[in-house]
Amino acid sequence: MTATDETTAASGGAFGQRLLRKEDARLLTGEGRFVDDLAIPGALWLGMVRSPFAHARIGNIDASAALAMPGVRQVLTGEDLNDSYLSPMPCAWPVTDDMKAPEHWPIATGKACYVGDIVAVVVADSRYGVADAVDAVVVDYDPLPAVSDLEEAAGDSVVIHDALGTNRSYTWALSPDPAAVEAAFASAAHTVSETYVQQRLIPEAMEPRGVAAVPGVYGGDLTFYSATQIPHILKVQIAAVCGVPEHKVRVVAPSVGGGFGSKLNVYAEELIAVAVARRLGVPTRWTESRSENAVATIQGRGQIQHMELAADADGKVTAVRATLTADMGAYLQLVTPGIPLLGAFLYHGVYDVPAYHFECTGVFTNKTPTDAYRGAGRPEATYAIERAMDALARQVGVDGAEIRRRNYIRPEQFPYASIAGLTYDSGNYAPTLDRALELVGYDGIRAEQQRRRGAGETKHLGVGISTYVEMCGLAPSRVLASLNFGAGGWEAATVRMLPTGSVQVVSGSTPHGQGHETTWSQIVADRMGIDPDSVEVLHSDTAISPLGLDTYGSRSLAVGGIAVAMATDQVIAKAKAIAAHQLEASEDDIELTAGELSVRGTPAKAMPIQATAFEAFTAHNLPDGMEPNLQATVTYDPPNFVFPFGTHVAVVEVDEETGRVELIDYAAVDDCGPQVNPMIVEGQLHGGIVQGVAQALWEEAIYDEDGNLRNATMVDYLVPSAAEMPSLKLDHTVTPSPTNPLGVKGIGEAGTIGAASTVINAVVDALSHLGITDMAMPAHPERVWSAIQAARESQPTTGSEVES
Amino acid sequence: MIPAAFDYQRAGSVDEAIGLLTQNGEDAKLIAGGHSLLPLMKLRLAAPAVLVDIGRIGDLSYVQGDGGEVRIGALTRHHDAANSDLLREQVPLLAHVAGQIGDPQVRHRGTLGGSVAHGDPASDLPAALLALRATLVARGPGGERTIAADDFFTGFLETALAPDEVLTEIRVPATAGAGWAFEKFNRRAQDWAIVGVAAVLANGSGGPGVGLVNMGSQPLRAAGVEDALRSGSGAADAAARAAEGADPPADLNASPEYRRHLAEVLVRRALQAAGA
Amino acid sequence: MRITLSVNGEERSSEIEPRRLLVHYLRDDLGLTGTNVGCDTSSCGACTVLLDGESVKSCTMLAVQADGREVTTIEGLAATAGASNGDATLHPMQQAFHTEHGLQCGFCTPGMVMAAVSLLAENPHPSEEDVRVGLEGNLCRCTGYHNIVRSVLAAADAESPATTGSAVPA
Repeated sequence: MTATDETTAASGGAFGQRLLRKEDARLLTGEGRFVDDLAIPGALWLGMVRSPFAHARIGNIDASAALAMPGVRQVLTGEDLNDSYLSPMPCAWPVTDDMKAPEHWPIATGKACYVGDIVAVVVADSRYGVADAVDAVVVDYDPLPAVSDLEEAAGDSVVIHDALGTNRSYTWALSPDPAAVEAAFASAAHTVSETYVQQRLIPEAMEPRGVAAVPGVYGGDLTFYSATQIPHILKVQIAAVCGVPEHKVRVVAPSVGGGFGSKLNVYAEELIAVAVARRLGVPTRWTESRSENAVATIQGRGQIQHMELAADADGKVTAVRATLTADMGAYLQLVTPGIPLLGAFLYHGVYDVPAYHFECTGVFTNKTPTDAYRGAGRPEATYAIERAMDALARQVGVDGAEIRRRNYIRPEQFPYASIAGLTYDSGNYAPTLDRALELVGYDGIRAEQQRRRGAGETKHLGVGISTYVEMCGLAPSRVLASLNFGAGGWEAATVRMLPTGSVQVVSGSTPHGQGHETTWSQIVADRMGIDPDSVEVLHSDTAISPLGLDTYGSRSLAVGGIAVAMATDQVIAKAKAIAAHQLEASEDDIELTAGELSVRGTPAKAMPIQATAFEAFTAHNLPDGMEPNLQATVTYDPPNFVFPFGTHVAVVEVDEETGRVELIDYAAVDDCGPQVNPMIVEGQLHGGIVQGVAQALWEEAIYDEDGNLRNATMVDYLVPSAAEMPSLKLDHTVTPSPTNPLGVKGIGEAGTIGAASTVINAVVDALSHLGITDMAMPAHPERVWSAIQAARESQPTTGSEVES
Repeated sequence: MIPAAFDYQRAGSVDEAIGLLTQNGEDAKLIAGGHSLLPLMKLRLAAPAVLVDIGRIGDLSYVQGDGGEVRIGALTRHHDAANSDLLREQVPLLAHVAGQIGDPQVRHRGTLGGSVAHGDPASDLPAALLALRATLVARGPGGERTIAADDFFTGFLETALAPDEVLTEIRVPATAGAGWAFEKFNRRAQDWAIVGVAAVLANGSGGPGVGLVNMGSQPLRAAGVEDALRSGSGAADAAARAAEGADPPADLNASPEYRRHLAEVLVRRALQAAGA
Repeated sequence: MRITLSVNGEERSSEIEPRRLLVHYLRDDLGLTGTNVGCDTSSCGACTVLLDGESVKSCTMLAVQADGREVTTIEGLAATAGASNGDATLHPMQQAFHTEHGLQCGFCTPGMVMAAVSLLAENPHPSEEDVRVGLEGNLCRCTGYHNIVRSVLAAADAESPATTGSAVPA
């Protein structure tokens, strides 16, 4: 572990401590204020009337029964409300110049295009009353053929958006040298050609979404509360779309109960709440139910991947070719088309590959729109390459660990200029593999696996490995420009020391469980040599934190935390200048040690850093030309992504008789550079890993061929509980990033990015003696059992096979 | 999430409940712990006009031994049944099954009577009661009657209870030292069984009892398995008849074919665990 | 209909609709918003409170069913703790969740804590497996449960240090 600058080393302070969280006290005592908790006097409740059909013409809407109910004020359709907007709902990422995007208004008119599409909004005076009224609105639908299957949709047998003429929204390719790829495949000793399905997932943040729009009585200002990850971006969009002058909009993300990308969006309900509040001049609020969330909130993943590897006789990969079909859903939400592309650069993963082709076609279907869900494009990429590497290993006749070792980018190759056009900042993959294998007792597991097979036992052990790298810390703004992404990737921070010595940090990040208040306090406290308890972090309210690009893409530490560090350093520099002036020394001779500014060589001449804040406040004796007050604002635009990495190993037991897969051990060795708070890092990994494991074993948004979501409730959409999971074994290495002064990398999504392929590789490994080489996700009992049956039926029995 | 509005009546006694049921007819439903009914009402899959709350009737929660039989009041909570020393000793299969229903919070509210009267083939208790050859006691305007478990479950969410009858007691012959087992196969611990098997090697009728969870549109016994056991078959051979007479459903979790297979595996495992 | 019940040690009396769910009565009528609604099928446990000391899902109860009963919500939990815990403002379970980093976004936390309190009341010396199965009715999306389990085992150790033999996982 290396300290990255002398301030950290000198203070020996809060950086790296397992500091208990400042956020906990209010959350543990029920004093968190999630949006549904807010008391909004006079607020009217909104209820959404949603299409039960995936594709239907909207006919007459009869609101008479609803309007007759007590407390019901209005029922508004798209015709009534959509002229409140200056433009349709925003998609901020037109990935290609010729991308086809349907006009998307908050309330559907003419046609509903997915189950859950809003066709009317009810306004009533109570939570219960609006639920009754929504049920009483009668809508005439003329159902149309719906297309649910992704490949069928790509074939345009049913075109969803007439104006577009096709369901294919775009094709985007990254292909630096097609001839090199062709040549590699033509001359390959080994080729892998596999198809994987990334099933649709429902993010299932524990807090359902909700909003409250509070218009000013006079002056047209608007305070908008939303369970959102992106108050800053939402503010810009409310101004742009709803026509509220931006300087009159305040957006607040109160306590937010998880997001995982699903609250990184501009939603119809948000814009509807704003429009109705402004129209009626009263506050409006809305909270979704869980089964509403399943169709109304974006879903994750949704891809068919065709993955090909070319390799030489030793299994050294010479080319990767990845072709995706990506399910957009019925409309393009804020970043829907770009999500698959966030993985586009990573289909060769941690391997040194000289030829590369990636291509993705986005396709509309009559289903809930997809968008960012933990990992957003990178779990998909890791899944494809890590499954394919195991396939290659089988062909070459070596085990999964060996094929990876032969192909890893070597430590001396960093910074690594990848064939896909990225520069991986730092990496050292093999030690993470070694340690992860050690943590599960790999040799012992292999021995036991063999023993059971030989003895004809029916509970099979399997080991799965994945080494991942991911690109996070979104993002250098110019790179985003080159990708046609509609916003930049900077982050802002103000650090100010108040006259009495406590510190305020104003951050543009928007935490929703990640512990930024604690972490940013540690960064500041470490650099200043002060108590982290004297640091207060303000965020998530655009009136208090006016500049920011919010939290997603594992960016908050690697971008936002750097802005905090840089602003802190500027404050320290100014404090030193004040101290130098008042202690009559040269600035170069001022040292900061454990919060005390002193003159080198003359320890008696000293002042606590807090004293300089009071001096800056009174301004009685500042250097010529120095502005009063002790604060600095920095906006940091990162020069590169950061590239955390790691190896995960899973041990599963597959019960051949039932097909049940039990995860019995899981080791993760991850590297996000120096860790500000290892406790928080581990927590992010735990949660991320379990979400990835859940994709492998339990979760899937199941649509029928008519576009109906069959498992919208938490009874049928299987988020695992503590009973389904083992404890996890974590370890880490520290390979600092040269990209930023703290050497840090993001870690919020890494667990999810590494996990699904790890578990599926383990399941396939458990059944490899039966000739099984693939298992679709989720690997639920019937699927696994059926695969075993099919494998047994198609194989002649040999001496080592089990008689069932 | 929000139930439709209803009229609420509280019954202080079984007779009062019967009176309210008679008075309100088809419009009324009983509510005890509410953990079968309220989830349906919150999704508006059920919307009774009148709820008759029997949850406060004081003398319907008990577990009593009476000769070779254990009598359980219909309002006994799953939690209390699972933790009853008497039940664990005398009818361990039933105590165990009660402790597997739902999750701890559900078990603190749900009642044996409420669960059984709901008549859901996916519930665990009916399978156990069938295996144990239990008797259900119902009281209505015409008085009290007993209904054998075999006659109690008549269809999907349908029981032999008349609309104006209240289930008051469950009577189970003591099995004491007889081997028993309960196999509940689900994907998550809190889930209903995809398939479940409740087995006891010697029930009150002196023979083997095997009940199946989620293998048909109503709770059913694995009659073929019982038959095989009576004829002296071992566990594996008896298990081969697990799905005889069953018409297992297709749903998001399993196909009928897979359920048939699971039933065989789980019956075999249950019988082996029970000592067959 | 009028109901009278004890909520966090205080008698409350209200006129409410029979269909009012207990969770909405607590949140909207009494302003005790610590108890959260996370689902609509009694699956997630975010709404867990104590009814006469036992965990129940307040979304699957009508407020009228709580008439005459004692309800404890997360807001009232600390007050139920004895004076022996070091931090006077937190119940030992809350303290354990803090020390072991058993929460992230905090939405599932009140329900998780109440379920855990009830679990320990019934089984003061749980194994790791007991804790995991005992929390089967409470879902969390942030923590992956690893530290929640540590929190509950730590709370068990704290309450009965001499006799607990369970190993807290690393």
